[in-house]
Amino acid sequence: MSLNIEFETKHDVLCIRLSGELDHHTADELRERATALIEKNEIRHIVLNLEQLTFMDSSGLGVILGRYKQIKQVHGEMVVCAISPAVQRLFDMSGLFKIIKMEPTEEFALQKLGVA
Amino acid sequence: MKNEMSLQFSALSQNESFARVTVAAFIAQLDPTMDELTEIKTVVSEAVTNAIIHGYENDPNGIVYIRVSIEDNLIDLSIKDNGIGIANVEEARQPLFTTKPELERSGMGFTIMENFMDEVEIHTQPGSGTEVRLRKHLKSRKMLCN
Repeated sequence: MSLNIEFETKHDVLCIRLSGELDHHTADELRERATALIEKNEIRHIVLNLEQLTFMDSSGLGVILGRYKQIKQVHGEMVVCAISPAVQRLFDMSGLFKIIKMEPTEEFALQKLGVA
Repeated sequence: MKNEMSLQFSALSQNESFARVTVAAFIAQLDPTMDELTEIKTVVSEAVTNAIIHGYENDPNGIVYIRVSIEDNLIDLSIKDNGIGIANVEEARQPLFTTKPELERSGMGFTIMENFMDEVEIHTQPGSGTEVRLRKHLKSRKMLCN
């Protein structure tokens, strides 16, 4: 059980695709790699694709909120897509949808940010 | 019939998935729904992560203890550490409260446990550790079928 992380940069948008399990153990790697890429590639917006994510807990909420705060400093936006009902419950509970937008697919998410 | 199991392991983050998968495998004999299984895995992950990060402050010499008993459709979980304890339990239970914002903790651990389980009890003693007791009645599928 681990987390597989795929990054793709499109202009100033970073697509992050996660597959596997996002917990305290795997959140550290995601935080380090995403933080470094956001700084290096002057990223403004993030699309987070959770289609292949099979498990997430509150450590996942923490790292997602951390990246939101990071791009908020450059007035960016975060859009999550392809979210499972289980993960959506955690987002609902924490109120993250008040600040992070949700779209059904990555394509819609990219359209929302004007890079599709 | 009552059935019990217990396990103990080093307070290392790589054991978080081991813990939740093992507990899920044990309760699978009650034929839980996928949602119930996800809820149990999530609360085990939350309590074990708390023990590692907060109880033992990431000291890998610490040991996390889990005990699970099942009887009829009741799951009774205990997750325990011999760490530093919780100074203010009421504060710890508040949504979004965390003592470690610098580690990007969301402060949602106890809120998730309370949402996913029927009962959450926290027994803690500053300096000697914390035990979280979590109970949940599974919806009986057999009754639904009849």
